[in-house]
Amino acid sequence: MKLQPRAGFSYYPGCSLEGMNRAYDKSARLVSKELGIDLAELDDWNCCGASAYMSIRELRAHLLSARNLALAEREKKDLAVVCPACFTNLTKTNQYMGEDPKLRRIVGSALKAANLQYLGTVRVRHLLDVIVNDIGQSDVKAKVTRPLSGLKVAPYYGCQFTRPLGEYDDKEFPMMLDTLLTWLGAEPVSFPLKAKCCGGILMTTNQSVALTLVRSLLDCATQNGAECIATICPLCHMSLEAYQGDVNKEFSTNFKVPMFYFTQLIGLAFGFGRKELGIDQELVSSKTVLEKRLVVT
Amino acid sequence: MAEKIGVYVCHCGTNIAQTVDCKSVVDYASGLPNVAVAREYQYMCSDPGQELIKNDIREVGLTRVVVASCSPLMHEPTFRRAVEEAGLNQFLFQMANIREQCSWISENREMATERAKAIVGAAVKRVIFQEPLEVKKVPVNPDVLVVGGGITGIEAALQIADSGKKVYLVEREPTIGGYMARFDKTFPTLDCAACILTPKMVSVGQHPNIELLSYSDVTGFSGYVGNFTAQIRKRSKYVEEEKCNGCGLCTEKCPVSVPSEFECGLGKRKAIYRPFPQAVPNIPVIDRDHCLYFTKGVCKVCVKFCPRGAIDFDQKETYLDLQVGTAILATGFDLFDASKVKQYGYGRLPNVITSLEFERMSHASGPTAGKILLKNGQMPTSVAILHCIGSRDQNNNEYCSRVCCMYSMKIAHLVHEKTGARVYEFYIDLRAFGKGYEEFYKRVLQEETIFIRGKAAEVTDVPQTPAEKGKLVVVAEDTLLGIVRRIPVDMVVLSVGFEPRKDVADVARIFSITRSQDGFFLEKHPKLAPVSTASDGIFVAGACQGPKDIPDSVAQGAAAAANALSLIDRKEVTLEPTVAVIDEESCSGCKICLGLCPYNAITFDETKKVSVVNDALCKGCGVCVAACPSGAIEQRNFTDDQLLAEVEAVCA
Repeated sequence: MKLQPRAGFSYYPGCSLEGMNRAYDKSARLVSKELGIDLAELDDWNCCGASAYMSIRELRAHLLSARNLALAEREKKDLAVVCPACFTNLTKTNQYMGEDPKLRRIVGSALKAANLQYLGTVRVRHLLDVIVNDIGQSDVKAKVTRPLSGLKVAPYYGCQFTRPLGEYDDKEFPMMLDTLLTWLGAEPVSFPLKAKCCGGILMTTNQSVALTLVRSLLDCATQNGAECIATICPLCHMSLEAYQGDVNKEFSTNFKVPMFYFTQLIGLAFGFGRKELGIDQELVSSKTVLEKRLVVT
Repeated sequence: MAEKIGVYVCHCGTNIAQTVDCKSVVDYASGLPNVAVAREYQYMCSDPGQELIKNDIREVGLTRVVVASCSPLMHEPTFRRAVEEAGLNQFLFQMANIREQCSWISENREMATERAKAIVGAAVKRVIFQEPLEVKKVPVNPDVLVVGGGITGIEAALQIADSGKKVYLVEREPTIGGYMARFDKTFPTLDCAACILTPKMVSVGQHPNIELLSYSDVTGFSGYVGNFTAQIRKRSKYVEEEKCNGCGLCTEKCPVSVPSEFECGLGKRKAIYRPFPQAVPNIPVIDRDHCLYFTKGVCKVCVKFCPRGAIDFDQKETYLDLQVGTAILATGFDLFDASKVKQYGYGRLPNVITSLEFERMSHASGPTAGKILLKNGQMPTSVAILHCIGSRDQNNNEYCSRVCCMYSMKIAHLVHEKTGARVYEFYIDLRAFGKGYEEFYKRVLQEETIFIRGKAAEVTDVPQTPAEKGKLVVVAEDTLLGIVRRIPVDMVVLSVGFEPRKDVADVARIFSITRSQDGFFLEKHPKLAPVSTASDGIFVAGACQGPKDIPDSVAQGAAAAANALSLIDRKEVTLEPTVAVIDEESCSGCKICLGLCPYNAITFDETKKVSVVNDALCKGCGVCVAACPSGAIEQRNFTDDQLLAEVEAVCA
């Protein structure tokens, strides 16, 4: 079913987009505006609990998400999210509250203490889903002024974009980002590990496992001819970008794979400058690749 | 004359008595007006139970009977018969359901007992208003319609035809044979499928009592038990059946080659083709979508070479009406579409194939002439067989498809025999339940098949070690060892499960039969009436009722045939008199009922300007009764007086 956007979205950037992943935030806002997606940052939003809290204090994690949902409901808007972890937490709370009257009661009474209530009317949407399914091929293509012709991209979805709650794509082998990349003129390469784990937070607790995972992702991408990797998840982005040096040291490899948020690639194709998209802030330089493919800015 | 009602409360062993205080219900019933006797008994449906009723009718002079026991679906016919045998009209009996609608759904004994009293009280009040009705008898047309020419339909058709009755066998494809015609060997005996099937196919083709309508569908079905009319659409073959002698020259000369459906796309067929050499009938059909004459207006090579002038590009599809007394549905199943489970790479990774593709490959007259080959033409040195693809999976079908464990082991055996490759079976549970099946499992074990208990999580071509390079790696949690294993192999066979046919809903609608939650046709009773349906005279057999292997399908085909023959030999059937009746005085002629009747049982009398119910077609569903704005329609045995008395008693 094709979902129609209501009068704009409340935009939920999530914590990491205010820190390490500012470029994601910047490019997401810019291309959304260009595509006519009205993103108004949700006033007074709070942390979603990230990937860990839900498994430690489930009820409190639901409360964190429920507060954000209640704030969005007050605005009478759906919630647009870019971080898959935020998406998962918000969607989970939304779904569980719909199905479990007991949870609804407990969460409801906690919200009431903060003068809030949540009736369950908000839909949580991932920005990629909104762009591909609401805006669609013709409107996206109409904005492309500088096709990313020849740019070979590994589309990396990460583990949380479709699992467990992303109903908009195949859970095991998503294709949405592949599709979007072709609209931009780029060439998505075959990337069988596209929905595999990057190691996530293991990078801080069990680095050797995480580095092995990152290495296999970089290996798979480059062996299939990718010149760069497109990401959806801020944590994946950081694992693959910030730890490439560690991977090279650990395994005596020589990876120099630039990483792009999918919104940055949209922005490039739309003709925006590198700076406007935060491409000047990357850790692995994308200059050579972009110049080679004549995406000069 | 005052009515004398007998009330009988059944314990049903402990089914009712455990939750309902039957003694107290009897005491309550004794005090109700018009009740002459009230008794309880352990099993009312038993002979002594029925005798109680009969004795009381004879000796106490009962005029009405209420039995409080199970659902009328279960034993209403039993008690009606008992009442009738004692000389009372069977419709002066009412059943009160205190099992399914009371004891089985209650935990509190006190409340359940009160509920049982209310149900019995309602029945006692209602039964007074019931009227004696006469059942009508109609003759049974001895001709039988069998839909579907797989092994089930073939068996049913042959059994009936051999008894001297006429059978119309309707098959959608150009040939009969179904899935079995595509299999190589059959478990557990490893008979060659073709060797045991083709003689039966030939018998069907030659049988004087079987009229085979291939390349045809049933498009309409109306009437009632013993007297149905089936509308059949015969699609155009563009080949005149009377003229064609099946020489095959047209197929040989046809210049168009397209992937063969019969070979799962692994082999080619022509635009004018028979699915396989032993096809019955042995007459080719033209595939309009690929024939050069139909697509470009050129060619006509087949016309030139046909020695009998049998090709007819102008042939139109035809419709015919068949009069039959009974119908057997043996419409079979579809296989689960393996490309829906993307993690196994079907359609993406070349050497991931389905079990049916394996069957074709293994078949001596298949696309590889019986050789098991990888896409590069080499023989595999290791093969993994993944069970439960699409089955026992809450993302797809929750049910077990029953046959995949066994056919997976058969595949393991064939791989072992034909290639000597190492074989891995990834299973959740092994279900080897039939005669000789466990022994077959032992045999496959002895052939050193490696069984890994764990559903495969994925098949990947991304290596993690040098040994995995160029291989397909099956990743699974070995639940016996408690570890994740990665097994590199050359070929992966996906053991796809069964699904209802894509158009199962349409077929169910045409025949007015119901389906179970999993989508397959619903039998009348899962144990005691496995091939009957809620629609009298319509039977189901084989995998259209649920996943089944060949032995079970054949057994059901024969069972359905026996059911149909038993009906035919009765020569006449009784029709329930509980139909709608129109009071001509009150009917305003608004015709609202005409459009609502799902059985087309109502017509309009233009001279009298009133609606008329055909009581042979009426199934007593009550739709018209409820809809009639003048209240002119009444349903026998469900009259307003009866229903209001019932409601009044419950609310009192």
